[in-house]
Amino acid sequence: MTVSTAQRSPSAAAPRPEGSRSPGGDRRRRNRYDGLTPWFFVAPTLAGVGLFYVWPTIQSFYFSFTEWGAFGGTTWVGIANYTRLFADPELLVALGNTVLYAVVALAGIPLAVWLASLLNRPGLRFRSLFRVLFFLPVVTVPAAVSVVWKLLYNGDFGMINYALSAVGIDGPYWLQTPVVAVIAVGIVGVWMSLGFNMIILGAGLQAIPDDLYEAAELDGASRFQQLIHVTIPLLTPSIFFLTVMSAIGAFKVFDLIFLMIGNTSPVIKETQTLVFFFYSKGFMVNDKGYAAAIGILLLLIIALVTFVQFRLQRKWVHYA
Amino acid sequence: MPSRSGRRQESNLVAYIVLGIGGLMMIFPFLYQLSASFMTNAEVQSIPKQLLPGELRWENYVNGINSFPFWEQLRNTTVFSIIRTTSQVLFCSMAGYAFARMRFPLKNVTFAVLLSILMIPGELLLISQYQIVQSFGWLNSMAGLVAPGMVSLFGTFMMRQFFLGLPKELEEAGRIDGAGPATIFFRIMLPLALPGVSALAVITFIECWGAFLWPLIVATRAEDMTLAVGIASFTGEHQTFYPQIMGVSLLIMLPMIVLFIALQRRVISGLAFAGMKG
Repeated sequence: MTVSTAQRSPSAAAPRPEGSRSPGGDRRRRNRYDGLTPWFFVAPTLAGVGLFYVWPTIQSFYFSFTEWGAFGGTTWVGIANYTRLFADPELLVALGNTVLYAVVALAGIPLAVWLASLLNRPGLRFRSLFRVLFFLPVVTVPAAVSVVWKLLYNGDFGMINYALSAVGIDGPYWLQTPVVAVIAVGIVGVWMSLGFNMIILGAGLQAIPDDLYEAAELDGASRFQQLIHVTIPLLTPSIFFLTVMSAIGAFKVFDLIFLMIGNTSPVIKETQTLVFFFYSKGFMVNDKGYAAAIGILLLLIIALVTFVQFRLQRKWVHYA
Repeated sequence: MPSRSGRRQESNLVAYIVLGIGGLMMIFPFLYQLSASFMTNAEVQSIPKQLLPGELRWENYVNGINSFPFWEQLRNTTVFSIIRTTSQVLFCSMAGYAFARMRFPLKNVTFAVLLSILMIPGELLLISQYQIVQSFGWLNSMAGLVAPGMVSLFGTFMMRQFFLGLPKELEEAGRIDGAGPATIFFRIMLPLALPGVSALAVITFIECWGAFLWPLIVATRAEDMTLAVGIASFTGEHQTFYPQIMGVSLLIMLPMIVLFIALQRRVISGLAFAGMKG
């Protein structure tokens, strides 16, 4: 493909403001656009995105207004799926568990701030070793780490209850008790994301100028006071970023719930999250129209949570 | 200032203790997994707990591998991860470059549409994606496994950011020398973007290796599954084969752990870069 022919293609000519100062329209066109070449560069992505993202988005909205027959075929049912959804007690349970999981995930952020501030102490040795230790869970496979966590959480012979029994605590059946199970899975979620959060915060910490700490030290501020009055305020943009990302991630949690509690568990109905609820309707009982409505609700909830976070940010985030 | 540096060192002691204990807690599950993989089932379930196996029972690994189609699934996972990674790196770089540096009509509108789709939770799209793959007859096939992930909105966005940060002079020099856009891209810009490309490649590969929900839906026959789904279904069927399950799941993670330790800086900075820009 040669460029010169491509540049004269009709697609390049489409939206073009009248160039009053340009002597020849053809010449102007050639300067504004690069002809067909860019389309060749974006074509694979646009084709893939169109087929597997744009079209499914449109279709999902449509599906949420339909009911699926047992042998295929869909019937338009209007807002029936939504009225059914809002009357479904399972929705409240799934939503409550999802919020609980998100709370646990967000509680991991202060922990990450503290650890990241320790990791970024000036003159600290073995820094890269510590970084590897904390980061390792980030790069591993959820399906493969969940098996060992299930063993650690085992109510009869798990390491966690064994350790608790040493200090006289009779630990629960972690993954078989509603509420407790979601918190237990949330802790694994924190374990898996802690290293990532620490790295993001570390980048924010390195951007804080040293002379601020020197000034604080001259004023007699202790380490703790420096953390509260210098580090944390200047770190709020990174903390805000992590809060938004963690909340979005938490509202989409599925893997760990499926893997650690399991779709055959007797308590799964009480411990399911929104995406698990979606999956069980869409792919376990083939109630796909209903599942699509759950998916749309999830989209709206995530959009709302993100919007609220952005509105609240001006109250606590300090941009330098 | 001797007093100040003295104080720093003294208070770093707290950092060493906290990070040391915290770091050990972070890798304790892996260490216990390794240890339990050599135990007998009775040792795993014993009370009081034992931390180390009585002897190294390598046969747990052999038995674990032989109780499900491990090698087929390893091949599936490898092919799946390589195809998706190669495809995403190529297409995201191309599209990212076009969005960063080329001029074409509706560019900003198109990019804004892509960005807004990035905000949509991918889970919502599963039903429709499944329908499409099913209508192509691609269920239980490699084509079906890789299909929705051949391109990536996030990767396109990341590569666009990367190309925006590169100097324009080399491109212009290439153009003056008469190089076409393809030559400029593949010969000049792509090599310059190597740090971004390799970061994207590593992130994508790690993500593919652990991908769960889509492979779970598309592959229902054991020999078509990836390892992540395979180990979950193996665990579901053999709840109590603890040592074998621990061994096999460690084997699944081994390539990622080795990759991470070998490319530590690249992986961490790549993920941090991706995280901040994403």
